[in-house]
Amino acid sequence: MPRCCNSPHFIQEKIMAKRVSDCSSKVLGMGFVPSSILILRFTVLRGPELIQKANGLHGFMNWPHNLLTDSGGFQMVSLVSLSEVTEEGVRFRSPYDGNETLLSPEKSVQIQNALGSDIIMQLDDVVSSTVTGPRVEEAMYRSIRWLDRCIAAHQRPDKQYLFAIIQGGLDADLRATCLEEMTKRDVPGFAIGGLSGGESKSQFWRMVALSTSRLPKDKPRYLMGVGYATDLVVCVALGCDMFDCVFPTRTARFGSALVPTGNLQLRKKVFEKDFGPIDPECTCPTCQKHSRAFLHALLHSDNTAALHHLTVHNIAYQLQLMSAVRTSIVEKRFPDFVRDFMGTMYGDPTLCPTWATDALASVGITLG
Amino acid sequence: MVCWQDLEESFRMKLSLTKVVNGCRLGKIKNLGKTGDHTMDIPGCLLYTKTGSAPHLTHHTLHNIHGVPAMAQLTLSSLAEHHEVLREYKEGVGKFIGMPESLLYCSLHDPVSPCPAGYVTNKSVSVWSVAGRVEMTVSKFMAIQQALQPDWFQCLSDGEVSCKEATSIKRVRKSVDRSLLFLDNCLRLQEESEVLQKSVIIGVIEGGDVMEERLRSARETAKRPVGGFLLDGFQGNPTTLETRLRLLSSVTAELPEDKPRLISGVSRPDEVLECIERGVDLFESFFPYQVTERGCALTFSFDYQPNPEETLLQQNGTQEEIKCMDQIKKMETTGCNQEITSFEINLKEKKYQEDFNPLVRGCSCYCCKNHTRAYIHHLLVTNELLAGVLLMMHNFEHYFGFFHYIREALKSDKLTQLKELIHRQAS
Repeated sequence: MPRCCNSPHFIQEKIMAKRVSDCSSKVLGMGFVPSSILILRFTVLRGPELIQKANGLHGFMNWPHNLLTDSGGFQMVSLVSLSEVTEEGVRFRSPYDGNETLLSPEKSVQIQNALGSDIIMQLDDVVSSTVTGPRVEEAMYRSIRWLDRCIAAHQRPDKQYLFAIIQGGLDADLRATCLEEMTKRDVPGFAIGGLSGGESKSQFWRMVALSTSRLPKDKPRYLMGVGYATDLVVCVALGCDMFDCVFPTRTARFGSALVPTGNLQLRKKVFEKDFGPIDPECTCPTCQKHSRAFLHALLHSDNTAALHHLTVHNIAYQLQLMSAVRTSIVEKRFPDFVRDFMGTMYGDPTLCPTWATDALASVGITLG
Repeated sequence: MVCWQDLEESFRMKLSLTKVVNGCRLGKIKNLGKTGDHTMDIPGCLLYTKTGSAPHLTHHTLHNIHGVPAMAQLTLSSLAEHHEVLREYKEGVGKFIGMPESLLYCSLHDPVSPCPAGYVTNKSVSVWSVAGRVEMTVSKFMAIQQALQPDWFQCLSDGEVSCKEATSIKRVRKSVDRSLLFLDNCLRLQEESEVLQKSVIIGVIEGGDVMEERLRSARETAKRPVGGFLLDGFQGNPTTLETRLRLLSSVTAELPEDKPRLISGVSRPDEVLECIERGVDLFESFFPYQVTERGCALTFSFDYQPNPEETLLQQNGTQEEIKCMDQIKKMETTGCNQEITSFEINLKEKKYQEDFNPLVRGCSCYCCKNHTRAYIHHLLVTNELLAGVLLMMHNFEHYFGFFHYIREALKSDKLTQLKELIHRQAS
C-alpha cells in the first residue's frame, strides 16, 4: 500500500546516502525522502539485483517511510561526460569501469521497479534551461514518447506511482504543448522539470505558473530542484505541492545555517563569541543544545560532527517552513503568512525581489 | 611555601579498590566532578573527542550509544586556540561543548596526531592545533585551564621523550626535571586560584626508557599533591613491548594505591590488557576512532563465556578473518597511518557488498540493530559521511563493551580466559 504524506512538502534530497540517522529524522518528523540518484547510478552500473536481495531500497536503507527515486537521466547527462542522447535512451560511459551502458526508459523503470520506491519518475530528455533552438523542441517531444514507454514498462502501478515530467524549457508554446499531451496520460502525478537550471527568475516563475495552471487540480505537482526558502513560498503560491533540492544539506556541509532572515555563514569570525543558538525559535536538537560559537569552533576543526549539526538544523528549517505554510493554508491566512515571511526575509515585504512580487501578484497576493 | 596538605584534603574524590588480581586493579572512583556526585569504574576508558565533540557524532547520536564512559577526554591541542572565547564565555568548556553533565579530562596532546618534536623549552610547551602552534608557559597554561574548568587536567609536561626512539640520558633527565618544575609551578598557581582549585591536576610520569629516570619521576611526582598520574611516553611498537611493560610495572609500583593511573597513547585491546596487569586504571579510546577512519569495524570477541553455539560461530569467523590476515596486511594504510589490525574487518572489501549481516552478530548498537555490512560498504564506496557516523557508533559501543567485560572478568576471576581470547585474536 502506498504511504501518505502531507502536502505541500519538501522532499529531502539524496538522503539515501547523505541521510541523518533514523533517530534524528524521527525527531524531525520527516515524511518523505527521495532516494539518492547516486544509488540509482550505482545500480544502473551494477544492476538492481543487490537492492532486490536487500528487500528493495526501503530494506537496504532500513527506511520505513516514503521514498522517491529519480530516473537517472539528469545525473547521467549532467554528471557523466561522454554521454549521448538518442531516441533509444541515454548512452554513457561508466566512470567506474569505462563500460558503455544504455539507460532507456524501459531500463530506468525496470530499475526503479526493483528499487521499490513509492514514487518513481519517468526518464525524460533533459535539456538545460539556458539552451535554445530546436533541441528544446526535440527533447520535449521525446519526453512525451519516453513517458509512454515508461508507462508501458511499469510493472507495479499499484505499488509505485509513476510521475510524468513536463518539459519544454522556457518556451511557453512548447511547454503548453507538453502539458496538453502529458495530461492526456493517466499518471498519478506530474513533475515540472527543465527549470531551476540557470534561467532568470522572471522566466522561471512564468513557466511554473503556466505549468500549474494547466495541470489537473487533483494530482500532485512536484517542482524539481527548487529549495531556496523564498522560491518555495512563491511556488506554493503558484500551485506546487512537492519540492526537492540539494541546497539545504549541501549548504550545511559548507558551514551555512538557514534562518528566517537568510543564512548564517558560521565559519565567519563574527560568530566566534556568539553564545546564542542558530535560531532561538527553532526546536531542532542543534538549536536546543549548541551555540553559534561552539559550532563556529567545531567547523574550524576536522570533526565532521559540525556538518551533521548543521545538516540536522537545515533540514529542520525546511520542514518547519513547509509545516508553517501548510498550517497557514489550512487556517486560510496564507497571504498573511507570505507577507510575514517576506518581511522577515527582506526586512520589509516591499523589499522582496521583483520576480517574487510579480509572481505573487499574479495569484492575487500583494506585498505591502 | 606551598601548603600541600590543604590541597590534599580538598580532594573529595576517593578511589576504592574492590580487589587486586595479578596486578589488575578493580574498583571505583567516587565523589568525582564539581558537585562530587559522579562515579567512574576502573579499569575504564575515557570518551575520545576532537574539539570537544565525539568524532562524527552529534550529542543526540552519542546518546544512542550504550556504555558511554562517565569521563570524556578533551585535548588542549584542539581547545587552546579557543582560549579567548572560553574566557569570555566564563561558564567552562563542559557547558560550551554541550556536555555539562559529563566529567572532563583535558590532556595536552591528541593521541592520534603526533606532534613535531623540538618545541619544549625550560619555560614552555607547545601544542599543535589546526590553526598552528600554540606555545604555553606555565602561566598561560594555567590561564587556559582556568577558562576551561575541566574536572581533571594533565599537568604541563615535557613529553617529547618516549620509548619509541633512543634518546640521550641527558635529554631524558631533562624531561623529568622539566616536568617536575612545571608541576610545582602549576601547583603554586592553583593555590592562588579559587577556580583552579575545583580542578584536579594529574601529575605526569616521564623518563623515556631509562629505568632510573622513570623511578625518579614516579617517586618525585608522587610526593606532590596531585589527584592522579599520567604514564606518558609508553606508546611504541611491538618490538619494544617487553621493555615498556617492564618499565611500566616498576613505575606503578612506586605510585600510591589510592590515586588513579592513566596512560596515554595506548588503546589497542591487547595492549590495554597488558597495561591493566601492570597497574593502569584508565585508557584513552582513540583506537575505535582510528578503526573508523580506515573504514573498518571492530569485530573482536571479548565474551569469554559465550554459549557453545556462539563459540563455534565465532571460532569459524575468527578463522575466516585469520585467513584473510595476509591479504589485509598487504592493503594500503589509510589516513590514520596505521595498519588494519586483526580486531577489525575492512568494510570496503568487495566481499561485504552483499553481506546482509550486521557488523557483529548480537551487538546491541544502533548500527548493528538497524543496518547491514552491505549498507555500510555502499556508504563507504560512495564516500558518504554517514559511513563515519554509523561506524563510530558501532566501534565506540564495541570498545566500551570490551571494558565492561574486563571488569566482569576481574570480578569473576576470569581474566585469564579473557586474556587468552584477546591474545588469540591479536595478530
